[in-house]
Amino acid sequence: MPDVAAFLMRTHGRTRFDWTDWVSYAYLFTGLFLMFGPVLWIVMSSFKTQAALSEFPPSFLPEGQKTVQIKGQEGRSPLFVVKMPDGTTRELAEIRRMGLMATMVDPAKPDEEIQVNINDRTKTREIRIATENYTQLFGRFAFGRYLWNSVFITVVATLITLLFNSMAAFALSKYKFAGQKAVFLLIIATLMIPPTIVLVPNFLVISNLGLLNSLWGVIWPAVATPTGVFLLRQYMLTIPDELLDAARMDHASEWQIYWRIVLPLTAPALAVLAIFSVMWRWNDFLWPLIVLSRSELFTLQLALNSFQGELQTEWNYLLAMTVITIIPVTLVFAFLQKHITTGIAASGVK
Amino acid sequence: MAETAERGAVAGIGNRFGLALTWLPGLLEPLMRVLQRIVGVARMPWVFLTPNMLIFGAFTFLPIVINFYYAFTGGVKLFPSERPFTGMENLEILFECGNYLDPSTCRKDIFWRALFNTGKFAVLQVGLMVALSVITALVLNRKIIGRGFWRGVFFYPVLLSPVVVALIWKWILQSQGLLNGILIGIGGHPTEWLTSASWMFFWVILVSIWAHMGFYTLIVLAGLQAIPKDLYDAAQMDSAPPGRVFWKITLPLLMPNLLVVIVLAMIRAVQIFDEVFVLTGGGPGSATTFIVQFIYETGFASAIHLYGLAAAASLVLAGALLILTLLQLKATQGGAAK
Repeated sequence: MPDVAAFLMRTHGRTRFDWTDWVSYAYLFTGLFLMFGPVLWIVMSSFKTQAALSEFPPSFLPEGQKTVQIKGQEGRSPLFVVKMPDGTTRELAEIRRMGLMATMVDPAKPDEEIQVNINDRTKTREIRIATENYTQLFGRFAFGRYLWNSVFITVVATLITLLFNSMAAFALSKYKFAGQKAVFLLIIATLMIPPTIVLVPNFLVISNLGLLNSLWGVIWPAVATPTGVFLLRQYMLTIPDELLDAARMDHASEWQIYWRIVLPLTAPALAVLAIFSVMWRWNDFLWPLIVLSRSELFTLQLALNSFQGELQTEWNYLLAMTVITIIPVTLVFAFLQKHITTGIAASGVK
Repeated sequence: MAETAERGAVAGIGNRFGLALTWLPGLLEPLMRVLQRIVGVARMPWVFLTPNMLIFGAFTFLPIVINFYYAFTGGVKLFPSERPFTGMENLEILFECGNYLDPSTCRKDIFWRALFNTGKFAVLQVGLMVALSVITALVLNRKIIGRGFWRGVFFYPVLLSPVVVALIWKWILQSQGLLNGILIGIGGHPTEWLTSASWMFFWVILVSIWAHMGFYTLIVLAGLQAIPKDLYDAAQMDSAPPGRVFWKITLPLLMPNLLVVIVLAMIRAVQIFDEVFVLTGGGPGSATTFIVQFIYETGFASAIHLYGLAAAASLVLAGALLILTLLQLKATQGGAAK
């Protein structure tokens, strides 16, 4: 233990661990609790049975009341630990309840009925992990469909984004031509026109193209990102032009120069843009909500929204679906966090 | 040492990942070879620009023009040729008010409520969030163990989708939820958070801070790290108290960075929609209805699609964003001049 304490108390270069350090770590651990606590809570809840979910106050672990099958009873009966009048305790199952009195039986001797005051008993609890919340998603809902729609939009839009943006960035960084500056300014200007202010006209464009209620109606408007062009252009500017000139001497076509020489050297920037694009498209909500109104085209986000709005929300399934939606971004976070955070700190874009 | 190695490994993953993505353009090579023969080398940059610019044209530049057309035409038809010209009528409907400070005297009272809500939300959310971001960045900038880990902790919710954020908090705030459970545990009274207008506005602010704070913290942190270390060394030699160091050195030097953060956060805040729409649906009543939700409902969700009115409301939003963008440009230039 002293080793652990010494490790935690260790500071870079300074020997004293003063009160400001205590305050800092208190702040950080509070942050840890507040940032991850809500997510942890939804993960724990997603493994609870419907009965356990309706318990209040809720328990942290996915536990619920133990039930048992009694001969001659329909369904399973809940188990209680009962304090008997003679001071002993017995585990009994409830078969009926009238007001304060419950009719209970010993699971071993189902014929002998005992009247118990409900204040003399406590529920028998057990850990029960309701994996059926997850396994039944695919049968009871078109969950596979939603998952596929989301994956399709995310993957296809990201691939096209990388292609189109890198082509534009290549033209803007590796050529000199009339109108180049105007084009670059035009692209930067689109940074200032968020999709929220052109919803109606975009809807017209999409319906004119016959892309309403089509996954492509979500993909096409999203694939030209000013952020991506800007990010890739800045990176490509650092690639020496001599490499390109040498390739031209060897009669390489312009397209070959683009994809065989420049693109591989831009790989780190492409990776950053790919991560951003995956997150953008996976999390998109407002535009898909407008374009996709048929439920078989719903993305995961739209499906979650429509289930939570239903009159009788089956929270056990909704929670499981939410957790599955969180998994990809959590994986991205776990493995590529440094990429994202340094990318944001460097460029100031999200 | 260890950190350098780790960074190298991450960059390695990124490189391989990026390289794997370069196979796609190879498929287009035969087509492009023919194109180059037709248009010539000098015009090839335009070939490279075309796909991206077509998309920008169709989904950004053209729509801005069409949006004006919609704002000045009426009716419920989508196709422009079927829409009668109505001039300023849509804007008049939005702006017809007995008293501009009292939404209930306005013809479109819901628009004014949304406008007021958005203004109130933007000021409170951005103010509180930037303050918290600065505090968090100051703590993260100290000599703490595991800085990368802690930076990630505050950043994690930024990656979650707005729908997921809303569901996580709806599950916590519902009447039989975790928060009321904790309140009972410590002897408090459970509250119906989701059906109380004032509580819901409070929670919408808190939830959106929870979801976005990490992003701004990173930018502030980058600003803090750009402050020259020798200034602090000099302050330490003069044994200046920490409070004085913050007000006299840190804050003034951070100001340009902070201005950019504030305007950026404002631009995002006035466009708030997704997480609030899922969490509250704009309610209770119209307590958390914001301007983008008004546009969405007027144009798309209600039984009668009033595209013209929605486009006119978009113009109002665009005006607000234009002002904020100009402020941002000014803030960035101020930062560059320093």
